[in-house]
Amino acid sequence: MSEIEKNSYDQHRSRRKFLKGMAAGIGLIALPGKDASASMWEEFFQKHFRELSKEELKKVLQRLEKGYAKQFSKQVTVKATPPIEGVRYGYALDLSRCIGCRRCVYACVKENNQSRKPQVHWIRVMQLDKEKGVDLSHAEHYYNPEKVPEKGHFYMPVQCQQCENPPCTKVCPVQATWKENDGIVVVDYNWCIGCRYCMAACPYGARHFNWAKPGLPAADVNPDTHYLGNRPRPKGVVEKCTFCIQRTREQPGRYPACEEICPVGARKFGNLLDPEGEIRYLIENKRVFILKEDLNTQPKFFYFYAT
Amino acid sequence: MKNIWNFFAGTLKLVSKGSKAYYCWVFFLLVLMSIGASAYIHQLDEGLVVTAMRDQVSWGFYISNFTFLVGVAAAAVLLVIPAYVYNWGPIKEFAVLGELLAVSAIIMCLLFVTVDIGHPERFWHLIPKIGLLNFPQSLLAWDVVVLNTYLMLNLTISIYILYSLYYRREPKHNFYTPLVLLSIPSAISIHTVTAFLYNGLGARPFWNSSILVPRFLASAFCSGPAFMLLIFLLVRKYTKFRIKDEAIQKVAEIMAYAMFINLLLLGAELFKEYYTDTVHLASVQYLFQGLHGHSALVPYIWTALVFNVTAFFLFLVPATRRNNMTLVIGCILVFIGVYIEKGMGLVIPGFIPDTLHEIYEYSPSSTELLLAMGIWATGLFVYTMLLRVAIPILNGDFHVAEDGVGSFIGDQLFIVQQKPEDPSVYAVSEPDPIHKKE
Repeated sequence: MSEIEKNSYDQHRSRRKFLKGMAAGIGLIALPGKDASASMWEEFFQKHFRELSKEELKKVLQRLEKGYAKQFSKQVTVKATPPIEGVRYGYALDLSRCIGCRRCVYACVKENNQSRKPQVHWIRVMQLDKEKGVDLSHAEHYYNPEKVPEKGHFYMPVQCQQCENPPCTKVCPVQATWKENDGIVVVDYNWCIGCRYCMAACPYGARHFNWAKPGLPAADVNPDTHYLGNRPRPKGVVEKCTFCIQRTREQPGRYPACEEICPVGARKFGNLLDPEGEIRYLIENKRVFILKEDLNTQPKFFYFYAT
Repeated sequence: MKNIWNFFAGTLKLVSKGSKAYYCWVFFLLVLMSIGASAYIHQLDEGLVVTAMRDQVSWGFYISNFTFLVGVAAAAVLLVIPAYVYNWGPIKEFAVLGELLAVSAIIMCLLFVTVDIGHPERFWHLIPKIGLLNFPQSLLAWDVVVLNTYLMLNLTISIYILYSLYYRREPKHNFYTPLVLLSIPSAISIHTVTAFLYNGLGARPFWNSSILVPRFLASAFCSGPAFMLLIFLLVRKYTKFRIKDEAIQKVAEIMAYAMFINLLLLGAELFKEYYTDTVHLASVQYLFQGLHGHSALVPYIWTALVFNVTAFFLFLVPATRRNNMTLVIGCILVFIGVYIEKGMGLVIPGFIPDTLHEIYEYSPSSTELLLAMGIWATGLFVYTMLLRVAIPILNGDFHVAEDGVGSFIGDQLFIVQQKPEDPSVYAVSEPDPIHKKE
């Protein structure tokens, strides 16, 4: 681009940005193409996820797929697979095995289409002192040694605990977040107003806000998405771990990305209602604890020591 | 219907008239408002990333201002109770000004919430039936309901009274008295619900304390009246409106009691935290002493404490309470003190350390400061406009003309410095139609 062209491009861009801002500011939508404006209005008037009829849901998913195809120039599927009857997901994490490598953190980012710039992580791994035990006030969040694990330390990953009694859903003023029948706490990104009350209510720091427009390069987009899970998010809404709803609700189901990547097998996932399942065995036979038990949030995320 | 239109047209004509000082003041506010508006456009465009808020501290300066202003709005009740329940003349004369202040404060509250949310265009999700208001589960839903109710009540009462006086009719008691009586519990409720909003979160031990509601109320009954007194002293000095000394004294006296309770409750909170010395002490430590080398709020909270204690004594001692100079100083101290204590001093330590004990130090970004300034200017603009109409009406300088259609405007200037030797300024005013009955 020549200098002059570039200048006029910049000017054009900044003017467009300004107009866009103006439009948003006074609640009017600028007039782009006829098509785009129609889908914009459709999005604006879209009903709450749980109030959509089957027909309406289908239309919404199609609209989203079309939008993503345009945004990323590639095919992205958006499904809305419902919960499986008789399933309640549970997670268990072996603190004696975890080495703090943070592979789960980045596998999650990759799988769930989180913003790369600014970075959004649904899993936070803390380095704790063996001497002090699970004492978060001495946690090191930004440990960065050459090699993990470090002597005298152990590691504790924290993500959404998928509480049975979630304090976050209760406080939402518009019911944009709720607990599904399989126990997964989800967010309708098209309904969330971005007030962040749920973030104040969550005792685990599991909820994350899109402070800026998510920076998600088209090449990094995972095209297999779920409406309530890993579909690309707009700015200004809250998001969180969904136990990889796009994987775990499939039949046959797949494990969450964090479980799959763990190099030491510290992460276990399964159906809490299956008496023969591994997760039940662990809960019944290992030394198990849940985080912040006194708050009565009843997490379905269990920490245990296998050895 | 025609009368309403004539009244409205008259007020428009009225607000366009005024002295040079009035024009300058309004122009100044409009400039600040447009600076705020451009900051908001910038924020809408880039997202809330232009604020200093992040996942760790997910509410900041906006919600702090919101919390403080709910207190200011609630405090109008301190004029309403003596005026309408005890029928105390000196305050009744200007209780309407308190109600209008409540209106302006609530408008600021709503604006502060609006600029804080990520998707303001989805506001309709909050409207019952059309959207999905999570009532009664969410305290924020409660807040939406009570704030709007309180706004509507105060608007109805004050506009009704002013409208009646404009048409030289006596406001009907059996119409506005029930509304006034309803506005008393609803004033208490806006502050109670706002306190509950923080109070009900087990995740945040700093807020999860049962004396939060009384602390909110006590501090509101300091900061709101302080703001009102400052405005009334200005109104008395720069407009033709007369406010009696005894009314101002009474309000100052109430503030002394409220400040005592406020300080007592703060002491109770500090005792409990420091004596039990659990891990939950961390937020209080962060606020008052600093934690692990982070101490951004420490100078502010100590300033607030010193200001509040000083003001308490200024209001307690009759000599300093009666002296206009020390009274003004006291009001300014209380206003700043409570603004710090109930604003940033309440909201930010709830997030520091965060739920996983990370410390992220927050201080508002320039966008946040400019936007907040714009909202304050908007509130003052709204209040100025309301006073521009209300004061001439109460003074009998603005009413329907003889022909019953046009309007008589007796006060062309509005903001003019009144000469202190002018005896009319402090003289006892003639009773106007609203309290002829007494």
